[in-house]
Amino acid sequence: MKYILILGATSDIAIACAHEFARNGYGVQLAARKQDKLKIIAQDIEVRHKMPVTCHTFDALDYESHHEFWKKLPHRPEVTLCAFGYLGQQEKGQTDWREAWQIIETNFTGAASILNIVAQSYEEQGRGSIIGISSVAGERGRQSNYLYGSAKAGFTAYLSGLRNRLYKKGVHVLTVKPGFVDTKMTEGLDLPGPLTAKSEQVAKSIYKAHRSKKDVIYTLPVWQLIMQNIRLIPEGIFKKMNL
Amino acid sequence: MKKKITNWSNYPVVEANLLPFRYEDELRQLLNSQQEPLITRGNGRCYGDAALGPNILSSLPFNHILSFNEQQGIIHCEAGVMLDELLELIVPKGWFLPVTPGTSFITVGGAVASDVHGKNHHKDGSFSNHIVELELMNGVGEKVRCSREEKADLFAATCGGMGLTGVITKVKFRLKKVESSFINQRSVKAKNIDEIFGLFEQNEGYTYSVAWIDCLQKGKDLGRSVLMLGEHAKREELPNRQQMHPLKVPASKKVSIPFNFPSFTLNPLSVQAFNFAYYNKMLGNEKKDIVSYDPFFYPLDSVLHWNRMYGKKGFVQYQFVLPLEQSRQGLIEILEKINSRKMGSFLAVLKLFGEQESLISFPMRGYTLALDFPIVNGLFEFLDELDDVVMKYGGRIYLTKDARMKPEAFWKGYPNAQKWVDILKKYNPDQKFNSLLAQRLNIIS
Ligand SMILES: Cc1cc2nc3c(=O)[nH]c(=O)nc-3n(C[C@H](O)[C@H](O)[C@H](O)COP(=O)(O)OP(=O)(O)OC[C@H]3O[C@@H](n4cnc5c(N)ncnc54)[C@H](O)[C@@H]3O)c2cc1C
Repeated sequence: MKYILILGATSDIAIACAHEFARNGYGVQLAARKQDKLKIIAQDIEVRHKMPVTCHTFDALDYESHHEFWKKLPHRPEVTLCAFGYLGQQEKGQTDWREAWQIIETNFTGAASILNIVAQSYEEQGRGSIIGISSVAGERGRQSNYLYGSAKAGFTAYLSGLRNRLYKKGVHVLTVKPGFVDTKMTEGLDLPGPLTAKSEQVAKSIYKAHRSKKDVIYTLPVWQLIMQNIRLIPEGIFKKMNL
Repeated sequence: MKKKITNWSNYPVVEANLLPFRYEDELRQLLNSQQEPLITRGNGRCYGDAALGPNILSSLPFNHILSFNEQQGIIHCEAGVMLDELLELIVPKGWFLPVTPGTSFITVGGAVASDVHGKNHHKDGSFSNHIVELELMNGVGEKVRCSREEKADLFAATCGGMGLTGVITKVKFRLKKVESSFINQRSVKAKNIDEIFGLFEQNEGYTYSVAWIDCLQKGKDLGRSVLMLGEHAKREELPNRQQMHPLKVPASKKVSIPFNFPSFTLNPLSVQAFNFAYYNKMLGNEKKDIVSYDPFFYPLDSVLHWNRMYGKKGFVQYQFVLPLEQSRQGLIEILEKINSRKMGSFLAVLKLFGEQESLISFPMRGYTLALDFPIVNGLFEFLDELDDVVMKYGGRIYLTKDARMKPEAFWKGYPNAQKWVDILKKYNPDQKFNSLLAQRLNIIS
């Protein structure tokens, strides 16, 4: 049986992906800090899809533990989905270094640490798939979330380099850039209609992109257009904008 | 942050804090940190103000399925799980919901709190009939289990209790065994009210029965209707092609009505046209066919947001039941009133209920009629008049669809109301759970 490892398995997109891969015949390894939540998610996936699910403790910031974590997994997963992230509070992070540090470490350093290990292992065995959830926020720094955005920009560049390195080794790397995502927890919030995807929809497009070995996807595709345009705005003008 | 929230009939609209929870811990935290009254909301498919208040707990993210016993057909799940998700899981294994309302887009918690009924009420009773056990969380974040055996008073007050006993967290209930996902459907035309009553009573042997009634007919045509009967199809009754996949779950082909229609589209003329088209689709007097469960149980689910057809002002659904002996007379009186006012209803659904013993649930032996009315000037006064007729004949009005009745109509219609309120005092002592409906009807004052 094929397995998918999901790092940061309590986020909405992660949960939706766990269901989507299980529906398509994957065993699932859920990894996150909080085990009590994982258990109920695991039970739900098992009942609905009749696929085996295991739960594992994983802390993105505890770099020392990452080797051991990978080694101890009961099965080598064919697919690793890196879905953890920390949005944090931009304003707080501007003056409180701990907040800034946590945003940067979680979104970039933590991801680089664990994916270094996964990449090495996949390279050695000559196959495997890495999926990284980055963000459209990484396309251009904006005053409202540049701490998060710059960490995600770093993560996007990391994934692109990884793809470049592993392509020849038969290892696939997929970068996912979600725009607004409407989750059950944001239900009722006024997210702009046509720009907002549902997490189930995002999961479906991730699975499809994985199957067809896409490199980078935007969910929804309209975000690709939006970001293209945002990137084209000259910096002299951009700096005066309120974004 | 406050936002505008409304249920299915787009009336009333309230500004409220929406507080979603995904895990028990999160719910407990919300309960402990909120001083103000709360009410739980599932998928907001109740029509009126039952799931509304200034602070609304949203159970939608709380939607894990805990177990499914495929041998015995018992499901155990959290309250935010939706019926359409359950069907996807259970139908391929040869099981079906024991009771389902006319939409699959409701949560299991909502099914319990309104103690919903389906087209099989005369055979299988309401939803609560099939519950093995419930778990609630009370106002201070403690878990409380109840069933017919354990805390039976709490169980009785929770089924049909409109969320006022606490947050229903887990529900364990029995499913119905089926051989296929198809329904053997028979439809029969009825010229008038006497014919349709006769047909209902003759056909009580059928598992499912419901009639669509054309409210614009008068005189000798009053009560012109089509009765729809159904049985779960047996495997050998299916055409060859379907026998290959007898438990197929129909693929969803959903279209959405993206915005509110202007309200003028629903004048009596358009209603008449709709009725005519519907009625004449069936040319013979009787028609038999085999259809998938989706069109049979959920004909409106294929048009997402059909409620927007009624425009921005919204609409109300009026559903009442009359005791069997009074049903004929009461129904005639009400249909005549509707007729003379040209308050024509887009959809009117008639059904004969079976016996029901319960504390506060809606059904009772007799006929129930559900009508939609777009909100126009004078409507509420008109509905008060209808209430008087319903009360005169000893009937009652369905709480989950109500947004406007006066307290007297509630207290008169539900003979166990005081008993129910006493149990609420015991389990909801600080009135932590309260809704606009509960306040409007003086249930919690
Ligand atoms: C098209 C359509 C057809 C329908 N057909 C039928 C029918 O045939 N028969 C029938 O009986 N009903 C019918 N209904 C009504 C519907 O089934 C009920 O209103 C049902 O309760 C809605 O469930 P919900 O999950 O949307 O709950 P909501 O509408 O969100 O809430 C309904 C009530 O349940 C309470 N509640 C919800 N979840 C919880 C919880 N976890 N704990 C405590 N209280 C809770 C709320 O406080 C509220 O009082 C129909 C509705 C529609 C829109």
